[in-house]
Amino acid sequence: MKKDLLGIADLTPEDIYRVLETADAMREIGQRPIKKVPTLRGKTVVNLFYEPSTRTRTSFEIAEKRLSADTLNVAVAASSVLKGETLVDTAMNIEAMAPDMIVLRHASSGACHLLSRICKSRIINAGDGMHEHPTQALLDAFTIREHKKDIAGLKIAIVGDLLHSRVLRSNALLLTKLGADLWVCGPPTLLPPGIECLGVHVTTSVEEAVQDADVIMMLRIQQERMQGAFFPSLREYFNVFGMTRERVSLAKPDVIIMHPGPMNRGVEIASDVADGPYSVILEQVANGVAVRMAVLYLLAGGVEDETAA
Amino acid sequence: MAVVLDASRMARALARIAHEILERNSGIDEVALVGIRTRGVPLARRIAKTLHEVSGHETPCGALDITLYRDDVSGMSSASGPQPVVHKTEVDFSIDGKLILLVDDVLYTGRTIRAAFDALIDFGRPRAIQLVVLIDRGHRELPIKADYVGKNIPTATTQQVQVHLTEIDGRDEVEVLP
Repeated sequence: MKKDLLGIADLTPEDIYRVLETADAMREIGQRPIKKVPTLRGKTVVNLFYEPSTRTRTSFEIAEKRLSADTLNVAVAASSVLKGETLVDTAMNIEAMAPDMIVLRHASSGACHLLSRICKSRIINAGDGMHEHPTQALLDAFTIREHKKDIAGLKIAIVGDLLHSRVLRSNALLLTKLGADLWVCGPPTLLPPGIECLGVHVTTSVEEAVQDADVIMMLRIQQERMQGAFFPSLREYFNVFGMTRERVSLAKPDVIIMHPGPMNRGVEIASDVADGPYSVILEQVANGVAVRMAVLYLLAGGVEDETAA
Repeated sequence: MAVVLDASRMARALARIAHEILERNSGIDEVALVGIRTRGVPLARRIAKTLHEVSGHETPCGALDITLYRDDVSGMSSASGPQPVVHKTEVDFSIDGKLILLVDDVLYTGRTIRAAFDALIDFGRPRAIQLVVLIDRGHRELPIKADYVGKNIPTATTQQVQVHLTEIDGRDEVEVLP
């Protein structure tokens, strides 16, 4: 592993498998009466979240605590950021107190790369703008492997707001690295230009995307990032792209349905699908803790020779 | 390259240890075996098998990975190297009130055993812990002593003791490398 986890783009398939296998061993710790190991004792981890988050922040914090790290959360809404401090200044001030790792979520793509260049602390990307969300893609891969063993050769359909989704980018990079047959689907207004360069099939027909799929991954309609009219109404979006039982029935009988959360029920996914028997949405959340423990553990080692990489 | 223990002598040593366990603990009811990964696990299973043959009693057998309890992980400096691989811990029985026989292949500095104590205590409160090792090569850095030893082998710190087990390496043999 490198010094930081900035994105899936930097990882080799071997790195990815090492994270997934370590996560498999980490999971047992969460089932013990004493859910804690001393591995990161004395290490300080700062969770610096510039965007709202329930799942990711909680998941990181639980993972850090299960490894005995000292954690602290900077709530940006109650910090000097409101007084106009820049990201770099905030980071340099935190860095002056010598933390070992910084988990950063930020609305701007590349924010983690910026901190990576100026900080000695290890940087973990917990979502940067519309760029990457690597730990989400890793936990998605972990969940898929639990159900399907090998990712290579699986037909995986990702449906929804592709344009604004960092989850899509990280997943597209990871799943194609591991040899999946990846289909992405959304309204033409929400297809990022050049998406086919990631080695995925692109379609605007949800039926074509989910036909005989092994895995269906839904993406949230990110209204908070939408400044234009990308589709006429949420209701029409649901009619054309929403995941309903009828559409799920086109997929393989043992299909699994995933969603990175938070869900907009009745917009991208019908409630009976979200809560249905194929849904692994809550398993994804449970696996997130083990995967983040694995990432924290692996980044706490020595740095590989950067020149050799 | 000197072979210090061949397959038949290894089998005899393990059988003797199983009998010593029975003799010393007058009964086997509240006993469980926990092997330290990697090679302590097959050794623990072999001892469990012998205990079953002799006493008719099934002894629970678990596997402990001590990587997360080591005192030399998470260095975070360029000198410390990548993190060691973590394997699964599988102790799917309660250790509360039991006599735990901790099994490892080689006893050397004692640091692995120290880490194993910490790991075990996180699973509950055993009545007692006893230590079983196939090879004791000396050079302790902590005050730890084995209760059952397959063979004592005096070594220099520059030497390497390599245990091969059929389950993992395809043959039973212990050798000392210069």
